[in-house]
Amino acid sequence: MTERLRVENLYKVFSKSPDPALRMLAAGAKKSEVLAKTGMVVGLNDVSLSVPSGAIYMVMGLSGSGKSTLARCINRLNEPSAGRILLDGRDIVAAGEAELRDIRRKRISMVFQHFALLPNRTVAENTEFGLKLQGVSPQARRRRAEEVLSIVGLARWGNHYPHELSGGMRQRVGLARALATDADVLIMDEAFSALDPLIRTEMQDELLRLQRTLKKTILFITHDFQEALKLGTRIAIMADGELVREGTPQSIVLEPGSDYVAAFTREVDRSRLFDARWAMTPVQPVPLAAGLCLAETADGGGLVLDDGGHVVGALDADTLRGLRDTAGLGTGGLGTLRKEFVTVRECDSLLDAARAHRAGRPMAVVDEDGRLTGTLAADRILAGIASAPPHPAGGLHA
Amino acid sequence: MLDANDLNVFPVDAWIQDGVAWIALNLRPLFLAIKWPVEYVLNLNIFLLQEIPFLAIVAVAVLLAWRLASLGVACFSAVALVAIATLGVWSEAMTTLSLITTAIVICAAIGIPIGIGCARSDRMWGVVRPILDIMQTTPTFVYLVPVVMLFGVGTVPGEVAVVTAAAPPLIRFTNLGIRMVETEMVEAGLAFGATKRQLLWEVQLPLAVPTILGGLNQTVLTAMVMSVVVAMIGAEGLGLVVLQGLGRLDVGRAAVGGIAIVLLAMMLDRITQKLAQPGGPGGRPLLRSLRALVRSGRPADDKATARPPASNPAISSPDQ
Ligand SMILES: Nc1ncnc2c1ncn2[C@@H]1O[C@H](COP(=O)(O)OP(=O)(O)O)[C@@H](O)[C@H]1O
Ligand SMILES: [Mg+2]
Repeated sequence: MTERLRVENLYKVFSKSPDPALRMLAAGAKKSEVLAKTGMVVGLNDVSLSVPSGAIYMVMGLSGSGKSTLARCINRLNEPSAGRILLDGRDIVAAGEAELRDIRRKRISMVFQHFALLPNRTVAENTEFGLKLQGVSPQARRRRAEEVLSIVGLARWGNHYPHELSGGMRQRVGLARALATDADVLIMDEAFSALDPLIRTEMQDELLRLQRTLKKTILFITHDFQEALKLGTRIAIMADGELVREGTPQSIVLEPGSDYVAAFTREVDRSRLFDARWAMTPVQPVPLAAGLCLAETADGGGLVLDDGGHVVGALDADTLRGLRDTAGLGTGGLGTLRKEFVTVRECDSLLDAARAHRAGRPMAVVDEDGRLTGTLAADRILAGIASAPPHPAGGLHA
Repeated sequence: MLDANDLNVFPVDAWIQDGVAWIALNLRPLFLAIKWPVEYVLNLNIFLLQEIPFLAIVAVAVLLAWRLASLGVACFSAVALVAIATLGVWSEAMTTLSLITTAIVICAAIGIPIGIGCARSDRMWGVVRPILDIMQTTPTFVYLVPVVMLFGVGTVPGEVAVVTAAAPPLIRFTNLGIRMVETEMVEAGLAFGATKRQLLWEVQLPLAVPTILGGLNQTVLTAMVMSVVVAMIGAEGLGLVVLQGLGRLDVGRAAVGGIAIVLLAMMLDRITQKLAQPGGPGGRPLLRSLRALVRSGRPADDKATARPPASNPAISSPDQ
């Protein structure tokens, strides 16, 4: 994935003359020290990160850690004190008034925590707000508004007023307004935090669904680690204006790196976060008779594959040993193939795998094309949920 | 013993007299420039209200009250106007109404832009605010002194006093209304690339309309009070009826003037108050009301879509 947005050594000090504070920060001072010494509040302290195009990039942290400040620096609702923000290589911080306005109109749009819909305008009028500011003709912008409203599932609500809508629907309007301008970068500052838990989950699913087709670059601010894990392709964790950990959801859960981050990951439901691919034991199929291959499982049995790599049957440990002892592999006796095995996809969560598990039946893990890539034993599922290291050194055969 | 009169060593009255004489002489073009538009608008209003037939005025007032406020206010307006006519002071009432409508026009034309300027510049508000404070704590009666000295006596100087007294609330409420617009709304405008002017017209002013209309209501009431008081400097209208009645010890005549004033004041208050009430039938923005008024004779059916009560800015907590 190409890089869309890059933040380099960004500082924000809430002061008209931030230089003394910046000098202290450059010398390694912390937010609290700067506050004690100069009385200035540090919003961001040397933040650098890179957002790939098409990612949902989550910024997570406790209240006051500087998440909103970071988001608002991107479209310069907050003026950065030092550093660069590169949008496709162009520095937003250096942009003049007209260029900044153009970036805000065409490149970066925003979804607000409390929706920020104009109460005196209808849903459609709110949706076309950005286009109106750009001077798009009334017919064209109304057409576009109706288009995006149907994308977010509010096709017939255009003529209603925001106060007639529920919170979830209002935020759909907020989303529609942000989508209407065709900006490719979306900043969502705690966009779902004001919603009831059920509605929030619904909106999260909706965002993931939309993102599959829209492929926007989304900077999503949240204080909810579960939300970050669910939505994020990458997560940046902030504390006291600094970026303390950055990575994929799985890598952060596996290696928090600090107590601050570990405090978030402790409660994580790993059975949903990790997939079968992560916990499975990869297989090395060996040729068997008549174009068939055999992939051994941890319990001494094996899965039999056709020449396309698809599982056609299973052998239990006794049968397999019998085959080896008597005729050796590849001489028939395959009539004893047991059919009972279960299949999960690589991308299925461990929770799904645990649900699919049946005692005494081997579990085959297959890729998108249905080809066997690994096997998954019950103890590996449990170890994965308890977050043991991903792969044992060996011991595939008892 | 020290007597209070012994302290009266400075001839302040003479100084002021001289100062005002100097100002009146040397700044005469300035005062003429102030007086001219006031006189022009006032004469136009007096001409219109005196020439338009009684029934037409009642009809227009009823229609306005109905569309801007409610049917009840419309009925009240009809009764009040007919009552004023039966009291025999119709012409005087129309003069008073002219003083008020002129004040509304001029205050809106001057006060709203000043209010907007104050909302956008702390420095300007820092200058204007103390002036408004002084103007609003000064008893209406005292206004008359500088007005007479600088503009003379009569209906037009009276109107100058009315305008001066009635403008401060509108300036204040316009400033307040714009400043009260939630920061998240303003930021939504900025985030989507609004220019300063777009921010004002697309976000701030529309959201400030209910507050500005509240200021308009205050302006109307102040103008009503002042239009009576200025009878003392020779302005015509219902105030003069009361003043003459008192002067001639004609209690009946004075009471007739008083009753007409009260009726007129109640009518104007009801109409403009409903305008400013968020959520009420008049809760829709003034422009839309006026447009609806022009479009059809039906009562507005957008009650269901009236704006929600303006949310309290204190509640909108800063984002965490
Ligand atoms: N306009 C401002 N003026 C001064 N300090 C501010 C301002 N906005 C935010 N801050 C401070 O900056 C820090 C980070 O705030 P913010 O980015 O809003 O945190 P978060 O969104 O993570 O809760 C906090 O200490 C906050 O008090
Ligand atoms: Mg925040």
